[in-house]
Amino acid sequence: MGKTILPIVAGAALGLTVSVASAATLDEVKARGELVCGVSQGLPGFSNPDAQGNWSGIDVDVCRAIAAAIFGDDSKVSYTPLSAKERFTALQSGEVDLLSRNTTWTMSRDSELGLNFAGVNYYDGQGFMVRKDLGVSSALELGGAAVCTNTGTTTELNVADYFRANNMEYEVVAFEKADEVVAAYDAGRCDVFTTDASGLYAQRLKLANPGEHMVLPEIISKEPLGPAVRQGDDQWLDIVKWTLNALVNAEEMGITSANVEEMKGSGDPAIARLLGVEGSFGEAIGLDNDWAVKAIAAVGNYSEMFERNVGPDTDLGIQRGLNALWKDGGILYAPPVR
Amino acid sequence: MADTSATDLSYVRTEMEPDAPRPRHDTGIVGWLRQNLFSSWTNTLLTLLGAWVIWIVVPPLIQFALIDAVWTGENRQACTTIAQGGVLPDGWFGACWPYVGDYFAQFVYGRYPFDARWRVDIVFVLFAIGLIPMLIPSAPFKRENIIYMAVIFPVAALLLLTGGHFYYGDFGPTDLLLESLRNSEWVQHNLGAEFLATVRSVQLFLAKDVQIGDALRLNHGFLADFALVTVVASLLASAWALSTGSSVVGMLRVIAITMGGIAVLLLVLAYDFGLSHVETDVWGGLLVTLVIAVTGIAASLPLGILLALGRRSNMPIVRAVCVAFIEFWRGVPLITVLFMSSVMLPLFLPEGVTFDKLLRALIGVALFSAAYMAEVVRGGLQAISKGQYEGADAVGLTYWQKTRLIILPQALTLVIPGIVNTFIGLFKDTTLVLIIGLFDFLGQMQSSFTDPTWASPVQATTAYLFAAIVYWVFCFAMSRYSIFTERRLSTGHKH
Amino acid sequence: MAVQDAGVPRLAGGGSGFSVLNDQRVRGVLFQVLLVIGVVSFAWWLISNTAANLRDQGIEFGFGILWNTAGFSINQTLIEYQENSTYGRVYIVGLLNTLLVAALGVVLATVLGFIVGIARLSNNWIIARAATVYIEVLRNLPLLLQIFIWYFAVLRLLPAKREALDMGPFGLLNIAGWYAPSPVLGEGFWLVVVALLLAILGCFAISSWARKRLAATGQPFPVFLASVGLIVAALVVSLILVALIWGKPLTLEYPTLGNFGPRGGARLFPELMGLLLALSTYTASFIAEIVRAGILAVSKGQTEASYSLGLRSGPTLRLVIIPQAMRVIIPPLTSQYLNLTKNSSLAVAIAYPDLVSVFAGTALNQTGRAVEFILITMATYLMISLITSLFMNWYNARMALVER
Repeated sequence: MGKTILPIVAGAALGLTVSVASAATLDEVKARGELVCGVSQGLPGFSNPDAQGNWSGIDVDVCRAIAAAIFGDDSKVSYTPLSAKERFTALQSGEVDLLSRNTTWTMSRDSELGLNFAGVNYYDGQGFMVRKDLGVSSALELGGAAVCTNTGTTTELNVADYFRANNMEYEVVAFEKADEVVAAYDAGRCDVFTTDASGLYAQRLKLANPGEHMVLPEIISKEPLGPAVRQGDDQWLDIVKWTLNALVNAEEMGITSANVEEMKGSGDPAIARLLGVEGSFGEAIGLDNDWAVKAIAAVGNYSEMFERNVGPDTDLGIQRGLNALWKDGGILYAPPVR
Repeated sequence: MADTSATDLSYVRTEMEPDAPRPRHDTGIVGWLRQNLFSSWTNTLLTLLGAWVIWIVVPPLIQFALIDAVWTGENRQACTTIAQGGVLPDGWFGACWPYVGDYFAQFVYGRYPFDARWRVDIVFVLFAIGLIPMLIPSAPFKRENIIYMAVIFPVAALLLLTGGHFYYGDFGPTDLLLESLRNSEWVQHNLGAEFLATVRSVQLFLAKDVQIGDALRLNHGFLADFALVTVVASLLASAWALSTGSSVVGMLRVIAITMGGIAVLLLVLAYDFGLSHVETDVWGGLLVTLVIAVTGIAASLPLGILLALGRRSNMPIVRAVCVAFIEFWRGVPLITVLFMSSVMLPLFLPEGVTFDKLLRALIGVALFSAAYMAEVVRGGLQAISKGQYEGADAVGLTYWQKTRLIILPQALTLVIPGIVNTFIGLFKDTTLVLIIGLFDFLGQMQSSFTDPTWASPVQATTAYLFAAIVYWVFCFAMSRYSIFTERRLSTGHKH
Repeated sequence: MAVQDAGVPRLAGGGSGFSVLNDQRVRGVLFQVLLVIGVVSFAWWLISNTAANLRDQGIEFGFGILWNTAGFSINQTLIEYQENSTYGRVYIVGLLNTLLVAALGVVLATVLGFIVGIARLSNNWIIARAATVYIEVLRNLPLLLQIFIWYFAVLRLLPAKREALDMGPFGLLNIAGWYAPSPVLGEGFWLVVVALLLAILGCFAISSWARKRLAATGQPFPVFLASVGLIVAALVVSLILVALIWGKPLTLEYPTLGNFGPRGGARLFPELMGLLLALSTYTASFIAEIVRAGILAVSKGQTEASYSLGLRSGPTLRLVIIPQAMRVIIPPLTSQYLNLTKNSSLAVAIAYPDLVSVFAGTALNQTGRAVEFILITMATYLMISLITSLFMNWYNARMALVER
């Protein structure tokens, strides 16, 4: 049984003791009445707080969709901003139920850190940004350059691999916080700023003169970013995985937040299954059968999520590219609800 | 023919010649200059050197902060040159004060909700009300003042800042007892299924809550645990009193007062005063800086006193434990302590139990500064003359009576400057929490750099200048206070 | 101890009138036993929780991870380091960088601290005031803020990466660091080294001879000037010799401006510069106060007696005041050195690759092994602290002996 333990009276008195997790994350989330979601400390388009402290972004939308699937209310999420260093410990220790923090799915993380990735909500790749007046048009001309990056990320390892593979000298300047990386690059300490391509577009907004900088065409790595959960709770993993899949499937079937209610009446059996009109797929993962309806109504399908946060009409202005549906030339492909 | 009368010796002066004025080069401004600045050629050289140093530091600073500074504006255009997309001439370099003005509220409150910021203001005022009379040595009602600062203010601040209405889960013992009762084979054999079912239903009952009025919700298990702890403590105290021959009633009174006090405190904190709940995630700016510094010093003082006493104890194990504790925390940098509290502390706790991030940092800071405080207090203990200890022993005081009534009052008064200095150090060190992702005053400032609205090459410089001024005013005022008490004490304690 | 029985009511009957619990020694033992039980069970609780947590996550505690390949690059390394080096090597690189900045910082802070401390006591009004302002400003600002100011605000005023301030013989300076000319040793340079070593030995000989002569005859000998002369002479003669025999003994490689900034020469990274400037100026403000207190602790009579013996103010300070002040200065100076070393961990904020930054930072992030890496880092600082304390205690004891 889930036991509540307040470790020390001082902690209780300070009242700052928060979440208490146990084997069944879903039960705990339900008992607590909200989902605790680990997000970044501020990355526009992915998870970023505004001046009023409201979070938005594509990673935040995943949290909202899951909260909606569980509670039918996408506001029942509490966001915990985590640094790159803290994120895995926070998930391991139960401080957060779900880590949705532009985290790259890699084998060592999946296997060694006691966590499971539930899917991919953004296919990214690492890119380079340079000053236009540097006169560089390809990453292969960067031999001898100084590269600013974040410590403790796959980015740092990729850049090492790339320069080594191409026999180029380089100097890495690795900062703890993303803000410091941007500040140092902006100050001219480095010639190159490298991070996930989406991040480059997001961070470019923060530079003093965004127009003076350009992103080089090379993408040097695979960075599938996705939500992760603690290992050992398959039901919870399924919930996250299938909520994400539901959003992608919804786009494929043309279900949007606007038409989700009327689509319930659609004769298409695949749509009926997804929206819980037929079968009991929701119950199989411990939720109501209309879990997908609630999630889609809250955040829309994948396309809506993308366009709202990072798409061409936003400040980031990122094209769908790899993140288009498989039918449209991308690699987004969700298993069927069946 | 000559008159030889003594008064008539014309070569002896009969009245004093008036003093000649001091040489011109020795008086007035010129004289002062000669004496203090140009008394020798080395001195002249030094003067020129000093003047040069001042010349290269001060005018550019004034130029940047005042003369070239921008005082009004809406966004980054006001603080950037034409080439950078703004309105100022090329080569302009000055402070951008409207940016600070725009962000000022955030630097003070962080992202604390707008409609609840009055609560923070009240906490600041309550703090000042308690602090100012405490700092004035001649102010009356010191005892009441200390009680206010030690009990009333923290509770009020906690309620106001977080919103109160805490909920306590059970903390274990009762449930553990029932669980082991249920699992015991003897019980299963002899008392039968019915008894087990009763125990189970008690457990279920304990998991439920009781609602008292509209504003108070308490967990049965928590109440049971609290009662259990009180009973066990009373039994132990009675046993101790009986075996040592001291008064049982007296012991029980102590227990009753302690547990009653804790109960009142917990009830107040659990009561719903209708304040909205504010997560510590959104606290920031000066608020967090002050919370960490004040909590750190408040928690480290009692802990530091205990450690200092322990270090001077004649019980070898106690001494060893205290020395090890003190030297450990003094030997490692604060940043590793903060890393430890942010990434290791969660692993130290039983599975599923987690602490709020701010609380974790507070624990690290408190333990760290307790070690430094212990050394400060130890200095005070050592400064008390041996006669005081012996005198206290001679009149038959016990160790704790002696410490409480004779030694600590004198020792702590002596080390007030040291405590203030530790506080200054702690206040400056709070900036380190930004490295673990908390937003203190400096951290909040750094996080504002990412706002494209004000992004400009002078933004960081302006912010750092502003931060420097704020920190300097705080720390300088405190260091003056420390010197003031030092002077006051040293005149009162001339041997 | 003596006085416990007077007011204690004895229980009548049963023969248990006096309990052993009233014996101070028994209470002491009891209390210590309880303390040990408490401490041990608390430690056991922490360890068992940690073990359980790690087990649940399938992480195996152990230091074998140190032999895994790190895979990331570090810009400033004192020993050879490559991306395929191990985490163990990362540790050594980080430790050496910490020790480097600490050693440089200690030297700079001491020099600056003594200058400012003495300046504050100067008779020259402007110098004394400037020193006071320096101390009061720097002491009362958080070090982290000062590091940010140096790194993000002051160093930013330097030329951009593809330009540079040409400092002639001192090389180039820009935002990416200071590129000093690096010496390239010519053939036969060993002769210069040998000559230098011999000259240094000679200096020791001169100083011991001079001391003996002073004791015997009372005649002082300008040891310092003689030593400098000897070393300069040895250098000049050996350099000329090498030049005559082999040709150029030493060439300087000057940095040149390339597309990505200056290349060649010896480089001082801006991260190191920023950290070093911040650490040494900050610590100097504390050392200055210690020096001032130390000098003030020497009685004024010493100065007056020295003047009346005909010593000038320079020798008075050097021969009479400072040696006595040192006894007061050294203990707090030690703790300032330790503070500086510990404060060097703030490097993490500006990407200087010190121990905390690369080991408890980057390496920890890459592996997620918080427990091992933080433990090692803390233990390392603890060792540095203990060793420094031991050394300074020993040195202090030596200094104190001189008094008797």
